[in-house]
Amino acid sequence: MTGMQTPILALDNVTKTFGNGPGAVRAARSISFSLHAGRALALVGESGSGKTTCARMAMREYLPTEGKILFKGQPVEGSNAAEAAHYRRAVQMIFQDPFASLNPAHTIAYHLKRPLLLHRPDIKRSEIDATVRALLQQVKLDPDLVAPKYPHELSGGQRQRVNIARALAAKPEVIVADEPTSMLDVSVRLGVLNLLSEMKQQMKLGLLYITHDIATARYVAEDIAVMYSGQIVEWGNVGKVIDNPAHPYTKLLLSAVPDPDIRFDDPSVRLRPEDVEEIRRKSAMTQDRIVEVDSDHFVRAA
Amino acid sequence: MTAPLLSVKNLTIDYIGEEKDFRAVDNVSFDVAPGEVFGLAGESGCGKSTIAFAISRLHKPPALIRRESTILLNGRNVLDLDDKGLRDFRWREVAMVFQSAMNSLNPVLRIEQQFYDVLKTHKGMSRAEARDRTAEMLKLVDIAPDRMRDYPHQFSGGMRQRIVIAICLALDPRLVVMDEPTTALDVVVQREILQRINELRRSLGFAVLFITHDLGLMVQFCDRIGIMLAGKLVEQNTAEAIYGSPQHDYTKKLWASFPSLHGGVLL
Repeated sequence: MTGMQTPILALDNVTKTFGNGPGAVRAARSISFSLHAGRALALVGESGSGKTTCARMAMREYLPTEGKILFKGQPVEGSNAAEAAHYRRAVQMIFQDPFASLNPAHTIAYHLKRPLLLHRPDIKRSEIDATVRALLQQVKLDPDLVAPKYPHELSGGQRQRVNIARALAAKPEVIVADEPTSMLDVSVRLGVLNLLSEMKQQMKLGLLYITHDIATARYVAEDIAVMYSGQIVEWGNVGKVIDNPAHPYTKLLLSAVPDPDIRFDDPSVRLRPEDVEEIRRKSAMTQDRIVEVDSDHFVRAA
Repeated sequence: MTAPLLSVKNLTIDYIGEEKDFRAVDNVSFDVAPGEVFGLAGESGCGKSTIAFAISRLHKPPALIRRESTILLNGRNVLDLDDKGLRDFRWREVAMVFQSAMNSLNPVLRIEQQFYDVLKTHKGMSRAEARDRTAEMLKLVDIAPDRMRDYPHQFSGGMRQRIVIAICLALDPRLVVMDEPTTALDVVVQREILQRINELRRSLGFAVLFITHDLGLMVQFCDRIGIMLAGKLVEQNTAEAIYGSPQHDYTKKLWASFPSLHGGVLL
């Protein structure tokens, strides 16, 4: 969102429509955002708001219906096979479910060797084992203990660390993490988020952090974009957006985040269902006008 | 304090294994007063759901409740109930809402029919009586009564969850056990549902045993909170004290693992 240098990855006014005719669903509408080296962008919103559609377009799993995806300033559409292969290596993903994203029939070492063999011709065969060990150490797992194990022998947090190591194995420039901690226990969640932040800084990664948990968004990211009904309704510096929300939906979302300082018995904090309904109705309408609230803080309006 | 509605004493539950048993709940005791919301917090595997199941007598082998345990509801030991006693006790005295409760509605039956099943079985109501009661209950959870003719798939996840809560409350239970009732829902929907439950327990007077891993949410909703670690209840106190002055190291650690909306972590 800071526009100094060319972003590693950018979505430029991208729209994704599923189906056609009157039943078509516009899952993402006029989406623009940029990922920069060493910075994290948190994409927050409720389920069905279009976060994962954006992630999949960034991964080139979906082609946008309209708009462009730019990798280091170059449109990815129409790239040749070598460029596409480079993109596959450079943009890696971490999935939500640490149980489903590892193959139960293979060891952890195998999971880390595959991306090395596939994406890293610069590493000699004789160095592969040493690289696997280094990757596990990087995500703070003991290589001697973990490498020979199978996924079922590890906890959810350990498995998510393996997933991070697997993404790092490809030497990525961008990591897309789709709800990476929502299935983890609270006590291991911060460890995984801290690890992601560290890797982002050390390796100058552009991180797209997708979550419905706005408190962890603030913890991990420098920038935030709030999605509702397929649109980014408000975006900018994470502190500015959270401390001074301008869009009615952002305000609603923030007021509903669990906060031990507010008790449900306090009538002044009660959300009125009719107000919620009204905000949802209005926020789902197309909002073409962009208003600058502050430097590095923008909001959409109808 | 008035006489407790629910009194759990020395509850010990083992999962019987081939080689050795696993102690899921270890000598846990707590009381829930009438109309009170009592929260059980802890990580997965700490035994909180095992307790919820035991209170409704829904536990199955290999879970075994040890002999010294008692679960008193209105002074009667739930663990001594026979089949007939259990049928009368479940739903009428203790109702339960599960984490994926919205998926527990029967997809091929209209909402009206699902209320009728409960009301006829437990209260012998006629169709007409059941319809009146259904309309009344749907209104309580902010759903238009004319939608009782609809099927579950015609409702959003949050609405389905509210319907399940309405069915739970249809027989005026004294205690509602809620095991992560809103974990699969968005925060706005979660807030709407829980503030509604809070209003209902104030007006109808039922007590709630509320289970979640989200401490912040728990403090917002509960009167008192128990913190569980590896089957043991390590701390129990008022919500204010659990938040403001946690005593046990584990409680402090739990707080330190929640990022704050205002930056940093909650403790």
